[in-house]
Amino acid sequence: MIKQPVKSESEPSTERSRRKSMADYLADNVKAIPPSGIRRFFDLVSGSKDVISLGVGEPDFVTPWRFRDAAVYSIEKGRTQYTSNAGLPELREAIAEYLHGRFGLTYDPAKEVLVTVGASEAVDLALRALVNPGDEVLIPEPSYVCYSPITKLCGGVVVGIETRPEDGFKLTPAALRAALTPKSKVLILSFPNNPTGAIMTREELLPIARVVEEHDLIVVADEIYAELTYGAKHVSFASLPGMRDRTVLVSGMSKAFAMTGWRMGYACGHPEIIAAMLKIHQYTVMCAPIMSQVAAIEALRGGMEEMERMVESFNQRRRLIVQGLRDIGLPCHEPQGAFYAFPSIRHTGLTSEQFAERLFREAKVAAVPGNVFGKGGEGFLRCSYATSPTLLQEALERIGKFLKTL
Amino acid sequence: MDDLRLKILELLREDGRLPPSTIATMLGVDEETVREAIADMEKKHVIVKYGATINWSKVDDDKVTALIEVQCTPERGRGFEKIAERIYLYPEVKSVYLMSGAYDLLVEIEGKTLKEVASFVSSKLAPIESVISTKTFFILKKYKQDGVIFEELNGDHRLAVSP
Repeated sequence: MIKQPVKSESEPSTERSRRKSMADYLADNVKAIPPSGIRRFFDLVSGSKDVISLGVGEPDFVTPWRFRDAAVYSIEKGRTQYTSNAGLPELREAIAEYLHGRFGLTYDPAKEVLVTVGASEAVDLALRALVNPGDEVLIPEPSYVCYSPITKLCGGVVVGIETRPEDGFKLTPAALRAALTPKSKVLILSFPNNPTGAIMTREELLPIARVVEEHDLIVVADEIYAELTYGAKHVSFASLPGMRDRTVLVSGMSKAFAMTGWRMGYACGHPEIIAAMLKIHQYTVMCAPIMSQVAAIEALRGGMEEMERMVESFNQRRRLIVQGLRDIGLPCHEPQGAFYAFPSIRHTGLTSEQFAERLFREAKVAAVPGNVFGKGGEGFLRCSYATSPTLLQEALERIGKFLKTL
Repeated sequence: MDDLRLKILELLREDGRLPPSTIATMLGVDEETVREAIADMEKKHVIVKYGATINWSKVDDDKVTALIEVQCTPERGRGFEKIAERIYLYPEVKSVYLMSGAYDLLVEIEGKTLKEVASFVSSKLAPIESVISTKTFFILKKYKQDGVIFEELNGDHRLAVSP
């Protein structure tokens, strides 16, 4: 840099000590995020043979052909362009109709629906649109792994609320109240829950809604597993009295329609919040891929039967794994949603990580240690039952034998 | 038929070897209920047989399968029943269906060689009095049978562990 001839003494110096390593170039808030615990386990497991994996967080169904065919056809017809930032109007309409038909929600497709790259992007956008540095984000845990890192990237403060097995891993109003401070701003609700399989009924959600109202919170409701409930029908938090405008509903096509790789998610909520999220979305990703959007329209308009068939199949396997885990001596609360069982391994004296690692090495079964899902996950193991009944039974047999060696 | 029986049938169609205890767990009912339902459906010939779906092209001792469209004159008072019976009693005949449309019976025949199948058609099937004509179509390749794709392209491509 050329030195200016006239320069006051108080001018800040452009000199700085040179950075010593690549890590010094990284942004502090990124460095502060610990690497994903799942990633570590993935590295351990990947590449090994003859392992039965109960570690998979996605359906074992391939996307039904009629959805795939719709996308293939659209590619053949040359629909390869950008869409409007918020997503194809036809898709937004299909989403609004679907949410109305299934969960009694009413959203204006023009202003209150935003199509995103997976529900993950929707969570990111919602938190970025809502969180100021120092704001506290309340996260019931164990939970899916993205909420806390995204909060930190926004400069927010993570306040984990432990949900307990004796409450069926549901969020209680008492636990929520105990975590509140004047800085509390956002509450994340992810029910049906990954990894616990817990759901919350209308009766259980109503007192939570009261606390939300009293303390002027805003809720990011990640309802990606909404269709995957067994017994009780899912109740959308936004459908509760007074909660519609306080809720950013996040969902997507991945779990119920077996469309994980398409990255199709959406967010619905108050037009001002959606507009703010759209602003970030248009600068960062422009729009979700058009082929995926076309497939999603087909799924929402003509895929209910396929979806219900898959849900029934998950339910059958859920009963199989829960019964099987109990039979071999692992206490397991009844998961009523998603496709995970979350048995306790506490009585073995091992930590979740020790148990999972030994189970993998000695019995060739991969499952995810509960501690990676945050507070309250230690002492548990996440077992996905999105696997064929034959493999499930084989895995249960292997776990049973392994338990006897402890 | 009640919903439980339909679900049992769906499961058995996919995997005829599923034990009643597993079916009971999967459907959330007790084992005795499932056993009774299966026994009753076997007795009533709702469940006719348990078999395996085999990809014969992978077996050295390959088989030739042909579909034969048969046009025939129905008999007074008995329709196609008697003709169908005269055809399906041959062990070479794997299936016989009464069809709507341009012909009457669709007959599936399995043999060891092309010649064997052809000779069955000319010496046994075509000469039956009421048979007017036959058209033989040899199956060259089976892509999918009983809901199973033989050369499954998909497999499990999922990552072994994902959040």
